[in-house]
Amino acid sequence: MKTLKVYVLLAAVGLLAAFTSKPTNDGYDVGNYATDFNLKNIDGKMVSLSNFKNAKGFIIIFTCNTCPYSIAYEDRITALDKMYKDKGFPVIAINPNDPKAIKGDDLKDMQQRAKEKGFTFPYLQDLGQKIYPQYGATRTPHVYILSKDKKGNKVAYIGAIDNNFSDAAAVTERYVEDAVNALLDNKLPKVTNTKAIGCTIKKLK
Amino acid sequence: MKKLWFIFILIMIVGCKTDTKMNPENGDINQINEAEKPFVETYTYETLKPLLNKSDDKTYVVNFWATWCKPCVEELPAFEKLHKLYAGKNVTVILVSLDFPNQIESRLIPFMIENNLKSKVIAMVDTDHNSWIPKVDESWSGAIPATLIYNKNKRTFYEQSLTYKQLEQEVTNFLKTK
Repeated sequence: MKTLKVYVLLAAVGLLAAFTSKPTNDGYDVGNYATDFNLKNIDGKMVSLSNFKNAKGFIIIFTCNTCPYSIAYEDRITALDKMYKDKGFPVIAINPNDPKAIKGDDLKDMQQRAKEKGFTFPYLQDLGQKIYPQYGATRTPHVYILSKDKKGNKVAYIGAIDNNFSDAAAVTERYVEDAVNALLDNKLPKVTNTKAIGCTIKKLK
Repeated sequence: MKKLWFIFILIMIVGCKTDTKMNPENGDINQINEAEKPFVETYTYETLKPLLNKSDDKTYVVNFWATWCKPCVEELPAFEKLHKLYAGKNVTVILVSLDFPNQIESRLIPFMIENNLKSKVIAMVDTDHNSWIPKVDESWSGAIPATLIYNKNKRTFYEQSLTYKQLEQEVTNFLKTK
């Protein structure tokens, strides 16, 4: 009887472990329509995708102040915005971290960072962390390129900015540039999903 | 009685340790540090791949982490404990650092010394992430911490933080599959 109890217990624990270890793969795939949002920018104003009447799409980048990978990409993110804003694909950066879960990611820190680095794009705070889970972002930086059509903002690319985080000069694949260039050409991007190491999005436990 | 012996041995060990540290006259302390300095091998995917696909009798716990990753650093003690308690039970813990290639000397090694890491640490310096992340596991988005546990019969990938309890439970399951 006792052994049976132990087995039942073991089975229960095993089952629990099986469930808890399952990765959550919710979020958008390429081809889905992305939700709009209304998030606070570092200038205090609220920003939505619907504000950008003339945009052909968006380069949405979940990024933050504190992740070394995000920091390594700051200048490249600004360069992307400068390159594509006037062509209709502005960068919108969203900080998905809960500022209570990590020091250095509250709105004041974001304002300071943007000023120091001369960010040319909106840097929004996903306060309440309602938006990043809908997109399915898991790390910073994590890029979603959206292409606007009659029905909404369609996800055209998900992934990394390029293929060398540590050395911009050594990059050989510019995933985001290639994808936006294709969209500007009215074509679908050739590479639609890439992966990169990044920092987990910080939430309170 | 057993307890007394234990305490005695502990005092001896602690005593010895402080001895070498406290008396620099006993030897050149810089030399000692240099000799004790951990060596970290650097890997690309080509050289890492065999480590992720061994078919011997061991169970491998491969943790992807970095010194700058807060949740990774928080779960390191669990992996260290696993290494300590299960190294003799055919379990090998490998800590694959994803620290920036130019920070191995300046950050990773000092961190290893400071935290007295006992598990094997290697540095993955292959910066073309998209080329190798899916090969480690198709489901991995690239966020860390992430852990691969495998042996010749079973393979599971965890893109999450793990507590010691979870880790021990998972490893126990793997040991049963042999």
